Amino acid sequence: MKRQIPLALVILFGWLMLALYFIPLEGAQKINENLLDWTAIIGIFALALGIWSLISVNVDKIQYKKRDWPYSIVTLFGLFAMIVFGLKFGGADSMFQGQESYMFRHFFDDILIPIFSTMFSLLAFFIASAAYRAFRARSALATILLVGAIIVMIRFFPFIAEYTRPVADWIINVPNLAAKRAIWMGVGLGIVATGLKVILGIERSYLGRD
Amino acid sequence: MNYYTEKITRALLPANATALLVALLLACATLNVSAQESVVEEDAVGSALVAPVGVSSVTASDAPNDAGRAVVVTFVPAPVPQSEDQALTLSYEIHRALSQDGPWKKVGAMPSDTTAIMTFKDAGGRDTTSSDYFPTETDLYYRVRSMTVDTALFAESEIAGPVQGIGQWWNSGRSPVFWFVLFFTILTLVFLNVARKRGDSLYIRPLAGIDAVDEAIGRATEMGKPILYVLGLGTASDIATIASFTILGRVSRKVAEYQTDVIVPCYDPIVFTIAQETVRSGYMDAGRPDAYRDEQVYFVTQAQFAYVAAVNGTILRERPATNIYLGKFFAESLILAETGAIAGSIQIAGTDEIAQLPFFVVACDYTLIGEELYAASAYLGREPLLLGALKAQDYAKAVIVVLAIIGVIMTSMGYEWFAEAFKVVG
Amino acid sequence: MSNNQTNNNSNLSFLERLMLLDRRWVFLVLALVVVSTYYIPMKVPVPASTEVRSIYDAVEGLKEGDKILLAIDYDPNALAELHPMTYAILEQCFRKKVGVIITSLSQNGPGMAEQAILDIVDSTALPRTYNGVSYPGREIINGVDYCFLGYRAYFELVITGMGQNFRTFYSRDYYDVLLDSIPIMKDVQNYDDIEMVIDISGSNVVDAWIKYAAARYDVKLALGLTGVMMTDYYPYLGSGRIFGLMGGLLGAAEYESLADNPGLAMDGMKVQVWAHITIILFILIANIGYFGTRKKRGL
Repeated sequence: MKRQIPLALVILFGWLMLALYFIPLEGAQKINENLLDWTAIIGIFALALGIWSLISVNVDKIQYKKRDWPYSIVTLFGLFAMIVFGLKFGGADSMFQGQESYMFRHFFDDILIPIFSTMFSLLAFFIASAAYRAFRARSALATILLVGAIIVMIRFFPFIAEYTRPVADWIINVPNLAAKRAIWMGVGLGIVATGLKVILGIERSYLGRD
Repeated sequence: MNYYTEKITRALLPANATALLVALLLACATLNVSAQESVVEEDAVGSALVAPVGVSSVTASDAPNDAGRAVVVTFVPAPVPQSEDQALTLSYEIHRALSQDGPWKKVGAMPSDTTAIMTFKDAGGRDTTSSDYFPTETDLYYRVRSMTVDTALFAESEIAGPVQGIGQWWNSGRSPVFWFVLFFTILTLVFLNVARKRGDSLYIRPLAGIDAVDEAIGRATEMGKPILYVLGLGTASDIATIASFTILGRVSRKVAEYQTDVIVPCYDPIVFTIAQETVRSGYMDAGRPDAYRDEQVYFVTQAQFAYVAAVNGTILRERPATNIYLGKFFAESLILAETGAIAGSIQIAGTDEIAQLPFFVVACDYTLIGEELYAASAYLGREPLLLGALKAQDYAKAVIVVLAIIGVIMTSMGYEWFAEAFKVVG
Repeated sequence: MSNNQTNNNSNLSFLERLMLLDRRWVFLVLALVVVSTYYIPMKVPVPASTEVRSIYDAVEGLKEGDKILLAIDYDPNALAELHPMTYAILEQCFRKKVGVIITSLSQNGPGMAEQAILDIVDSTALPRTYNGVSYPGREIINGVDYCFLGYRAYFELVITGMGQNFRTFYSRDYYDVLLDSIPIMKDVQNYDDIEMVIDISGSNVVDAWIKYAAARYDVKLALGLTGVMMTDYYPYLGSGRIFGLMGGLLGAAEYESLADNPGLAMDGMKVQVWAHITIILFILIANIGYFGTRKKRGL
């Protein structure tokens, strides 16, 4: 029963959503909108569960002094500090001005932005190291890839850009796109096939077991 | 602020002679424009212009494939002025009324720069309190007003209508999708039947990435280290995430059998609840429900790079024997995979995000490319039903390839109707 | 693992070492190059591509009083690439007195949007010169020249909802002001009342803009994306679903150059050029090592 009811709901709503795609009638669209609203509502409940999981895992670490437990204090501090600073009440003189509050803005501008930018910047270093290890002229095909990559990299270099840019644009827009489209086609069909398997009740792994 | 102050200083100083030249040209252009405007004003005020000829052949018809909240108005634009004293039409205003006698409401405007038949779609919403409200199943009348530079000088068209906006039961613009889904469903059902008869003898080419999963779990057991399973940044409705759940179920069952550990940090709260259930079920299937702990599967955050920081931290602290990244990944793919490589883990990745595939291929030991990830559930389970669906997918792909080739040939030969027949509208 | 690799490297020939450099050397050299080249006074010319120029031309072709929607859908991580695009477009619109309605559908987007708005509003209060023409300092007024609607969760629903009416999801703006009382929003009901949408995005919100706004509501849509995302969206340009595309720092620099608004992107191009040269050199070093040791490896 624990699996049959969810499965029945999936099959019912799966076919319903598929049918609604083809019916432009207003009543059908209202049902569609209501179902989408439900997604939002379920998401908010799940978020509460998620936050509860985050708190319980970290409190547990602190309580039993598990390995690296001080990091959990930082996590919980960050979570609660942003919630508190983001509160809004008490009029214009209050320190709780929601996202406009002094502390919230400074936490965002001076802590979050630099940290996020740093994380993203790591990508430049990892790309350099990955390129160093991957681009080797092992075979004819690998050599083509290597040459293509270098042309794309030098496409905007001063003095040579007018020669390299058209070639690089061609590489990006023709062979690169052709290969991508081939994968997209497979992915697109795979999505339809998996979607069908779900609404036909063949694919049930999301219910907790395969 | 500093950044901008610096830029303003830069902008205040003309960079080079080209900038000065451009400035000169622009200044000339500005003078020219103001001169033209003044002539028009003089014309409008000084001479007695007559109204232009109105538009003709106004038609109004219900817009197809909608909820009944739109009407399409077409008209033939007015001819160019025949005499010098006739005002030039600058734009057309489309007016709507509930009766032929009005009151008329302006519902849109179009510039008069086209000479072909003009089409205007008057569409609105169902909110009666909004100015955008469009009454459905109600008689409506339309007229087009040709506007000139003088707002008091215009020409009205004849009235078109009555017309009603009526909701349709079927969106014919999406019919190609319907036929494809129908064809694909029939194909799937046929192959399910074939699969039932032939059992699991249907051939699937080996997927090294999936074969490596068992080996990776064995390695983790030998090393006494955990397995890190990352479901990516997708939501529970993403097919890549659904495919990943299947493999997670299998991994958690094996992990429970081998008495090792799996860590699943989650990005999406709904994915987190499903992942928790999947892992718990895996442990139950293996007969070791007691070994499952809630902190194995946990929610981290919905901020992309905060999530990456948390997972990277876990990789560097726990040094997992194996990292499995299956699902939807974006810019974080290489950061995760390179950190895993630095930690010396065996890495298996798979995603349908094509832009991220090269990063995984470079930094991971095994990569499932695009649809290989979706095929994993059939490959792992070897269930006839799943194998049948996979076969149907292959044949559908073959049909699409053939149709694409025919389409290219037909379009090249000028028979565009073939490609048009597959076009989805709206 | 890296330490083991370093110890083993002591027995290797020079060419083998070239091939098996520890990744930390790559990181160090690249970091030095990136930091040092930032101080080199060098200007990289960035001729504009057609796809960037079409966005610039579309904005430039707008009349005073027209309105556009600028969707700031990126988090601080994509700031380096995407912030300059936002600055250049916002600045161009304010200069042309085109109204800008700003939304933010990624979680940390509102912070990004506010930062850009405040910076530009501050800067335009000063007199400045473009193309040799001096403009007096101009006060940019919230609600008249722009309106910031802020963040709403579930971007697919919000984008679809705005097609019906902006008020469906945004009854109030980011500063808690009723939308109906904001002058710039007075005549704006839905996408029909704005000239175009420019989505600056570092996430999958962009897919929803294409799928719902452009496909369902026929909105004129242009995109500004991170470099890595760009190639995925070229097909939409070909199919006419979007009318312009800016990708990464290069796209941002092209726009800055077109808008005659040299900023961080044009400045950053020299760093990108040297970083790419460094990466190419590392690739060459690895290949020299690879070919030099082929015999030894019996290939």
